[in-house]
Amino acid sequence: MSFAAHLISGISLGSVYALIALGYTMVYGIAKMLNFAHGDVIMIGGYVVFVTVSGMGMNPLAGIVVSMAACTVLGVVIERVAYRPLRGASPLAVLITAIGVSYLLQNIALLAFGSDPKAFSNVVTLPNLELFDGQLVIKSVTVVTVAVSVVVMIGLTLFVKKTKIGRAMTAVSEDKGAAQLMGINVNGTIAVTFAIGSSLAALAGVLLCSAYPSLTPYTGSMPGIKAFVAAVFGGIGSIPGAFIGGILLGVIENLSKAYISSQLADAIVFSILIIVLLVKPTGLLGKQVQEKV
Amino acid sequence: MKTKAGKLSKTAKNDMITYGMVIAAYIIVQILVSTGHVSSLVQGLLVPFCTYSIVAVALNLTVGILGELSLGHAGFMCVGAFTSAVFSLACKETLPSVPRFAAALLIGAASAALVGFLVGVPVLRLKGDYLAIVTLAFGEIIKNIINAIYLGVDAEGLHFSMKDALSLGMSEDGLMLIKGAQGVTGAPHDSNFTVGVVLLLITLFIVQHFIRSRTGRAVMAIRDNRIAAESVGINITKYKLIAFTISASLAGVAGVLYAHNLSTLNALPKNFGYNMSILILVFVVLGGIGNMRGSVIAAVLLTLLPEVLRSLNDYRMLIYAVVLIVMMIFNWSPNMIFLRKRVRQRLAAGREAGEEV
Repeated sequence: MSFAAHLISGISLGSVYALIALGYTMVYGIAKMLNFAHGDVIMIGGYVVFVTVSGMGMNPLAGIVVSMAACTVLGVVIERVAYRPLRGASPLAVLITAIGVSYLLQNIALLAFGSDPKAFSNVVTLPNLELFDGQLVIKSVTVVTVAVSVVVMIGLTLFVKKTKIGRAMTAVSEDKGAAQLMGINVNGTIAVTFAIGSSLAALAGVLLCSAYPSLTPYTGSMPGIKAFVAAVFGGIGSIPGAFIGGILLGVIENLSKAYISSQLADAIVFSILIIVLLVKPTGLLGKQVQEKV
Repeated sequence: MKTKAGKLSKTAKNDMITYGMVIAAYIIVQILVSTGHVSSLVQGLLVPFCTYSIVAVALNLTVGILGELSLGHAGFMCVGAFTSAVFSLACKETLPSVPRFAAALLIGAASAALVGFLVGVPVLRLKGDYLAIVTLAFGEIIKNIINAIYLGVDAEGLHFSMKDALSLGMSEDGLMLIKGAQGVTGAPHDSNFTVGVVLLLITLFIVQHFIRSRTGRAVMAIRDNRIAAESVGINITKYKLIAFTISASLAGVAGVLYAHNLSTLNALPKNFGYNMSILILVFVVLGGIGNMRGSVIAAVLLTLLPEVLRSLNDYRMLIYAVVLIVMMIFNWSPNMIFLRKRVRQRLAAGREAGEEV
């Protein structure tokens, strides 16, 4: 049973990675930039829920909605102020700016809340699931996390395929210039992408902090990097790829922590990423783009 | 690099300015130190200035000349630091300090070059962001593995373990070299500002000569157009690997300098994690991609900035972040570039008009 327990907690961690990775992959697919600040938006989302639910005594669901709204606004503002002026500049310049935004968010949180970890109260108050006469207990937060990430993944896929804005996103990701000529508002589409990505980050932040209840200004940075790895693992730009990559990464990380070495778990995760990329250089579900001369 | 008329060519003159700047800065700092105008805070930063300048120049070789984004240079620095520190610690009693440091330097550079080569073979097959994330992954793996190594030496020879200190089975008079996550303690203090500046000058010399060499030009051809370069017969893999290995080895040199400036060397996320790799990248991009002098200036200024802002306590990293964002937008935004050009034209026009009157 212990294997099943490790596997399930791996899937739970993986679902959080998947949620973050979905945001990463959307933004990367459309704006072609690595949004290093994405992990810190997660942390801000966590703090908003902490303030509203633990501090002001709001209903957890209302707290989550407020947090998602706040992060949506934050994402759009970051895009408008820091990234939009650099559209068309070298990708490296945008990357460094994103790093600057990441430092900025971390230090704002540091000033506002201090560096001591905040005890985050679990927002999922459903009863735990007990299987095989209580031999295997699945925490309710695990069930909710997995369910949310599956729903979000399916929802996003449908959104991108079926709605007008979604198809505008696909068009912008394929060719910005051509999309503009077809009358698509490129800047608006990119802003919508940031809004969606950031609200997903808020959701991921709440679930992450519910499962691992300790919140510091640096909470988001390592999951952010891992989720980025997950997005690359699954083929960056691909929505199902980000989901699969996230789940696999979480499972591999948890199993290697349990059975091999907790110290080397990160090394093992990264080695598997390298092996996958060497066999399939565009990730599991990535599209191979033919290079034209 | 002399032209027929005996004058220096433009590129050689540019190189000379870089060396001159470093030497002038060194002389000024030495004068200020001897007259007591440098605070102990800044004196403690002199070796880090050199360390970060060297590793920034090394990364600039990968980013600016090879045109690939590496987020793993802190890992190569880590390899150089640990191999050289272990060597210096093991030979602390047997060798005098000058040959010991020279040997440590060679060992650090060679081991970082070896790791760079091994990492480069698979990594350089990838492109763009995939390459960046894999170098980041390698950097983290290197740091993780070094944190798990236990190494000791006694009369019977070297003992190695990945588990804990007890499983080494050392005799009592043995010397612990690497104590897992506690790192290396007691390596001799061989770095100083003069050594740092000499190493920085050597690094600049190597990199700038590399850029002007036949090999360097081949590497830049690959950066500008891989397919065109391949079609004129340049061996892509070979030249990419050469540039990447040199870059890794110079990062290892920075690691040697770093390790011999500390009494305890640990592989922490702060000094050898991806955050450090990103910080080095910030030096490179802010200093100008492909501009070695810029890397040195940016490394020194950005190392100094948080320390100068120390009196502002909690706000210093906030200000650092804002400065970083504003500088990036000012330097790189297409609108700002256009605006700067307009202002310059306006000024030039105004000057001409002034002359006419």
